[in-house]
Amino acid sequence: MLQIKNLTKIYDGGVKALDNVSFDVPDGQFLAIIGLSGSGKSTLLRCINRLIEPTDGQILWNGEDITKASPEEMRRIRRKIGMVFQHFNLVHRSKVLTNVLAGRLGYINPAWSLLNRFPKDDIEKAVRQMERVGIADKANHRADELSGGQQQRVGIARALMQDPEMILADEPVASLDPVLAHSIMKHLEDINKKDGVTVLCSLHFLDLVHRYADCVVALNAGELVFEGLPKEIDDKKFKDIYGRDAERVG
Amino acid sequence: MSDNKDNKKKASPWRSAQLGLAILAGLVIYAYGFQVTKVDLEDLRSERRQESLSRVLRALAKPELFAYEQQEEIINSPVFVTCPAGGVPSFEESDRTGPYVVITPLCANAGETVQVEGFNFAPNTTGPLRFIPGSDPTNTVEIGRDTVDTDSSGHFVFDFVLPKRPSEDVQYIRATLRQNVGSPHLTKTAYDTWEKIIETVFLALLATTFGTFLAIPLSFIAARNLMKPVRSPLASIAFSVLGWPIGIFLGYLIVRWVEGLSSPFAQSIPINLVSIILVPILAWLGFRWALPQEEISKPGPVLQVARTGVLFVTVLVGFYGLFQLANFSKNLGSIWVENWASLGFLGNFFFQMGDIVGIITPALGGLAVGGALSSFMGRIGQRITERLSASSLKVFNIVFSILAGATIFGLIGQLVDWLYQVSNPFYTLWGPVLTGTLLGLALAIFTKAKATLPTGMVIYYVTRTILNGLRSIEALVMAIVFVIAVGIGPFAGVMALGLHTIVSLAKLYSEQVESISAGPLEAVTATGANRLQTIIYAVVPQIIPPYISYTMYRWDINVRMSTIIGFVGGGGIGFLLQQNINLLNYRAASAQMLAIAVVVASMDYVSSVLREKYV
Repeated sequence: MLQIKNLTKIYDGGVKALDNVSFDVPDGQFLAIIGLSGSGKSTLLRCINRLIEPTDGQILWNGEDITKASPEEMRRIRRKIGMVFQHFNLVHRSKVLTNVLAGRLGYINPAWSLLNRFPKDDIEKAVRQMERVGIADKANHRADELSGGQQQRVGIARALMQDPEMILADEPVASLDPVLAHSIMKHLEDINKKDGVTVLCSLHFLDLVHRYADCVVALNAGELVFEGLPKEIDDKKFKDIYGRDAERVG
Repeated sequence: MSDNKDNKKKASPWRSAQLGLAILAGLVIYAYGFQVTKVDLEDLRSERRQESLSRVLRALAKPELFAYEQQEEIINSPVFVTCPAGGVPSFEESDRTGPYVVITPLCANAGETVQVEGFNFAPNTTGPLRFIPGSDPTNTVEIGRDTVDTDSSGHFVFDFVLPKRPSEDVQYIRATLRQNVGSPHLTKTAYDTWEKIIETVFLALLATTFGTFLAIPLSFIAARNLMKPVRSPLASIAFSVLGWPIGIFLGYLIVRWVEGLSSPFAQSIPINLVSIILVPILAWLGFRWALPQEEISKPGPVLQVARTGVLFVTVLVGFYGLFQLANFSKNLGSIWVENWASLGFLGNFFFQMGDIVGIITPALGGLAVGGALSSFMGRIGQRITERLSASSLKVFNIVFSILAGATIFGLIGQLVDWLYQVSNPFYTLWGPVLTGTLLGLALAIFTKAKATLPTGMVIYYVTRTILNGLRSIEALVMAIVFVIAVGIGPFAGVMALGLHTIVSLAKLYSEQVESISAGPLEAVTATGANRLQTIIYAVVPQIIPPYISYTMYRWDINVRMSTIIGFVGGGGIGFLLQQNINLLNYRAASAQMLAIAVVVASMDYVSSVLREKYV
């Protein structure tokens, strides 16, 4: 159970990216986060694993307050939260296998990382995850040799290496064509349904929201403007979320 | 299009005046520049300058690399300057089987011309034809700068102008004709140049290697994007500050103690050998047990203490191994030099490496224990900050930040005392301690107890300042200091170039770190990786290409710098070059300049090929 309580983030320049946002995510839910660009979706996701320090409010995960966690506790919390990015954020010059293994770093003793060593079990695990997302044959390629869809699958395999209990997906399909978008979303759905991993996924296209999400929250200028089921988004709600001039496409 | 038209500046009297003023200002600047740099072509036109210039240029064009053995034929032939009153005395007919010279007429006034004709010389030789004053044919004083060449039958004719040396006695004209024999051989200059250019290349190699090695870790703490997120609470900072000096002191003592344990076995090669085989195995096992590769749940306190203990013992064993390695290397080196003199340089390498390891191990130990203690105490500080209530933490912060401030400033005061020998404890001990106390107190009072301070940025600015300060000192100036520290020779050059390489590469590298893409950094941080792991897996792969290319560039610079570092006694070819220029031996200097040009050009070529291949 993830509980966001009165979360506020004000950036150094005074921009209010999140304004008193509160909502709950039960374990195993597939939650879509929608809203215009700049509405605070990325900030919200990054506050949850504290890549961005929230200004105010609480984030309770299984009763533990993430915002109060010490650096050591944070390492323990982060390794249970996988993250998938719009621009994949792979290390281009490294091998695909290395990129996937990087998902284990939260578990590995830093002293061994100095020697660039991973346990045998982890390497086997990495091969299994790459098979699961269908890129096992690319293991020894450089990450930048892969196409966009393949790179995002490396990103998912990296998140899976963490044995995550929750995955934060920040517009995972915004850089991909519609066919690839569905294949990536199906992987996330599979992880959500089969492994019972909670997924928080920010999305742009409402058809993807209808197809994959259990539940939706919508942000507008940092404020929570909608919380409910995908089918509840009617034309009026749509205008609330995306503004008066918006028109539905797709 | 319409926008462009609007933006186009219109011609106006004001703009024309501006342009005129700019041109005028330029004129004044360059005029003053001409005066300051003393631009003057008058001298260039004078005959004296032109003559010496062409002599130097001709010498430079003929680098003294090859020479022939030469055979000389010297013939002195009598002549009278101003005909004697009693007529020219008759001479014995010279021997006409060998080379001989006929002068017609045998006497003439000074400034008049006589014909000098040579016969029976070796064919195709060349050499000076000179006037020998005084009546002694063996006189070494020679006048004139004429050169004659013989034809294929060994004959020459030359119209010789008699110098203004009138004399009653007989004088001589000397033909010295030289011929190259055999094949050309390398000159001594060539051998010396070769020896020194090798020294130069290796000087640059060592300086670049050591410089790069040390610049890499420095570049990470001089990179803004890596240091900005580093923040820690005051208690943690105060504890880590106190940890450093205590740790360095303890570490140095402990390692000296280990050295004492190791020294009885220093001379025994079998024990050396057994030690350096066993120690790595033990260390590996120790680290393996004390640092499990992966840990899902947190270990209990007993296990943690046991691990810390094992780790400590393992490190001690490791230092023992280092001392044994140093001794082994030195012993091996000595034996090698005694028995295989022809490959003595390898033995010397082993000996010197052993010596270096032996010298830096205590320093390394101090730094390692200092760093470990500081990080450990910092963590305790972090824990205390989390546990204590704000008000009691405030008191705690005040006490320890006073202690830390006093310690730091006291130590700086002692350093100042050592440098400037003030020997007044008020200025070098109590004053700094008081300042540190007050600053620590102020810091603790004016910051919120649990607030985090930008430690990273403080370290960043201090590092940057030191780097910039050292970088502004030219390697040539550093070489002067190192010549005093380690004596004249290439080692001083290595130290000077190495230090300059560290500071300038650290700056260039850190700018590369600052320009990497932040995405992978974010992704790796999100997996729970700590800072060290983030650097290894997200930063290092991104900076390898620019690091290689900058290192190559620096290698280029070091080769060029090492050619002149000898000017101040830093070894390398610069020493020879300067010596020859001062001795006006331009042909030898030319050989050295040629060698430098060849080395720099080939380095440039090699580095461009490597860069293309790996970057």
